[in-house]
Amino acid sequence: MSEPRVHIPTSDMFGRMRNRRAIRLDALPLLSIETLRAAITVAVEDGWRIVSLFGSPESDTLLRVIAVLADDERGHLAAASALVSERYPAIAAQCAQAASFEREMAEQCAVFPEGHPDLKPLRRHPPDHRPCAWSAPVIPFDRGAYPFTPFQGDEVHEVAVGPVHAGIIEPGHFRFQAHGEEVLFLEIMLGYQHRGVEPLLENSDRARAVYVAESIAGDSVIAHASAYCGAIEALARSHKSARAQSIRGIALELERLANHVGDLGALAGDVAYQPAAAFFGRLRGECLNMLMTISGNRYGRGLVRPGGVAFDIAPDMAHLLHRRIVKLEQELRPVAELFFGTESVQSRLDGVGAVSREACITQGFVGPVARACGVHRDVRHDHPYGVFRYVQIPVATAWAGDVHARALVRWVEIRRSLEFVGEQLRALPSGAVRAQCEGLAASEIVVAIEEGWRGEVVHVVVTDDEGRIRRHKVTDPSFRNWTALALAMPGNQISDFPLCNKSFNLSYAGHDL
Amino acid sequence: MLDLLRARLAQGTQTIPFPPDEHEAGFPERFRGRPLIQPDAAGRAVLDLGACLFSPEEAAAYTHDYRLASSTRDGLASSDDRLPLSALDLRMRKLLGRSLRLRSVVAGSCNGCEAELVAASNVVFDLARFGVQFVASPRHADGIVITGGVNANMRDALERTYAAVPDPRIVIAVGACAASGGPFRGSKEAGTGVPPTIPVDLWIAGCPPHPLTILDGLLRLLGRFEDGGRRQTPPTSERVGAAASDEA
Repeated sequence: MSEPRVHIPTSDMFGRMRNRRAIRLDALPLLSIETLRAAITVAVEDGWRIVSLFGSPESDTLLRVIAVLADDERGHLAAASALVSERYPAIAAQCAQAASFEREMAEQCAVFPEGHPDLKPLRRHPPDHRPCAWSAPVIPFDRGAYPFTPFQGDEVHEVAVGPVHAGIIEPGHFRFQAHGEEVLFLEIMLGYQHRGVEPLLENSDRARAVYVAESIAGDSVIAHASAYCGAIEALARSHKSARAQSIRGIALELERLANHVGDLGALAGDVAYQPAAAFFGRLRGECLNMLMTISGNRYGRGLVRPGGVAFDIAPDMAHLLHRRIVKLEQELRPVAELFFGTESVQSRLDGVGAVSREACITQGFVGPVARACGVHRDVRHDHPYGVFRYVQIPVATAWAGDVHARALVRWVEIRRSLEFVGEQLRALPSGAVRAQCEGLAASEIVVAIEEGWRGEVVHVVVTDDEGRIRRHKVTDPSFRNWTALALAMPGNQISDFPLCNKSFNLSYAGHDL
Repeated sequence: MLDLLRARLAQGTQTIPFPPDEHEAGFPERFRGRPLIQPDAAGRAVLDLGACLFSPEEAAAYTHDYRLASSTRDGLASSDDRLPLSALDLRMRKLLGRSLRLRSVVAGSCNGCEAELVAASNVVFDLARFGVQFVASPRHADGIVITGGVNANMRDALERTYAAVPDPRIVIAVGACAASGGPFRGSKEAGTGVPPTIPVDLWIAGCPPHPLTILDGLLRLLGRFEDGGRRQTPPTSERVGAAASDEA
């Protein structure tokens, strides 16, 4: 923060982009890294937010750093880039939102961001996007050792949990520094689910890549597949029919329903309120079964494909699904009333694991986590795409930022998704469900963002001069929101961790890629 | 309290019998169970269920047969009517009695198989009624359930968890990743399934497997259905879906 800063009008520095609109790579502004850093810092202070920040090898010796920013209030997307060599001045030294992106970039591209406040391995894997003439990675990625933040003091003790957890849960490691029951500090070490998703998306043939996209996070199949296909369709100039857009919207909201309902059930389970846990758990299955009716798979695998969807919803199926939605609504309401109306449940949710609005804005959290602390942020509303350009779902917010607020936001979103799905099923537009989608435009870049149930799913695709995919950057909402969990814990009881964790319900696989 | 009882009454009993008939299983027409496979000239199946992602594109048609478990890896590539699955030997079954306690180890998955493992224990599928439960420590377990392709970052933790389970122990590999690397095949980081150093007793195919597929595999491994446990052979679904046929 010590360097003098000039005010840079962001519009001059960044190229305007739109959700799922490809632009030519030479229209992407190329700045010096110092200018890019200053421009990002100023823009974020002006209310912009980093959507994506990643490296793409430009030549044997140079890395292109590409930044995508969003102004949610005005519905703008913008991007700029800079060429760097093996060391460059860290953007995170001035802008907190860049910190985890630069950790990721340091690991993937073997580049060293000088002055980064918290440079550590992120997923612990060898670099997979390093310019080939560069020497060995500057940051060692020792799979065993990890430099945890040390904590000292009388009676401070350390609790280590994971990677193998007590339930059927993905692997991750949590290191608590606690004083008695009270958590002082939580550090989360992830990477155990790392499968090398990005290189696979870049190098697989097109038919297989969509399976990879569907498997980035197994509970966000529709969100990731839609963002992936959105990017590919923009590059192939393929136009989906209104019917295909509507079916994708229905599937996305069914996915949201299944997960939100399941999460409310899991929260009930974590505060030992068994009836709601069992009822919500069963009703979650009902949402999944509706996805299975449409796609043949409980998670919607096989449905979303480049150019549209692989399955149509015939009128009789639409009618049947509509009846099931009405019944689901009738069955959910009394259970939610039980859950939210029982004092002993309320008292366990209120004030636990609070995230402040300020932290949310500074760190750039997304999804229900952001909306639960009063931040109006929803891709469906701010950067509308597909069916959401025609049908608006009001953004659900709460203000307290605690477990209760996150539960409440989920419940409001459940009701609105039910309404949306019911409406769409009654009036499906006509048209074919799948359009041609072949051949990608050369030397272009596209940003596709999608509001999955956890928040903003980002796929950025860059093609080379022969129309092959040069770089495919994926950012799951969990990548942004794990920090929120670490920030929510201090001051809370360590025994409340499962409850807090469940209220975020972040994806390990989505983070680890 | 009254509201609670009212809600309980309204919810009714949701647990489905096992093995369910076609109606009880509630599979929609498009459900993709075991694919219809044309054996090649040598009579071998040309589709390995361990590598199959059960996508609309991989097979021309799928049946509603949800029984996709085998006691050998090769068995998943069998072209027989029924995948070969032998129950645990009598000594082991006697040792286990009516209970099986399992520890879940997730090693490089997408969390899809885990979601179905959790669902297998919900009120609809109710795995616990057969004495199968997931426990919090390998020391309390009779065996482990492995999901994911055993990626580089989890290999050590998996081997250590396996070593911590007292002998004799059983190993169950769930999902396409655990059998072959699944959608991540070809990645250097993702792994190609459970390594030979860990002997597997039961392979369950699927991406992810339906909870009924998981129940079927586990219960047949425990020898609960000596005759195969089916009241009838599931009928074949005619088509996967109209739109898919253009692409397949």
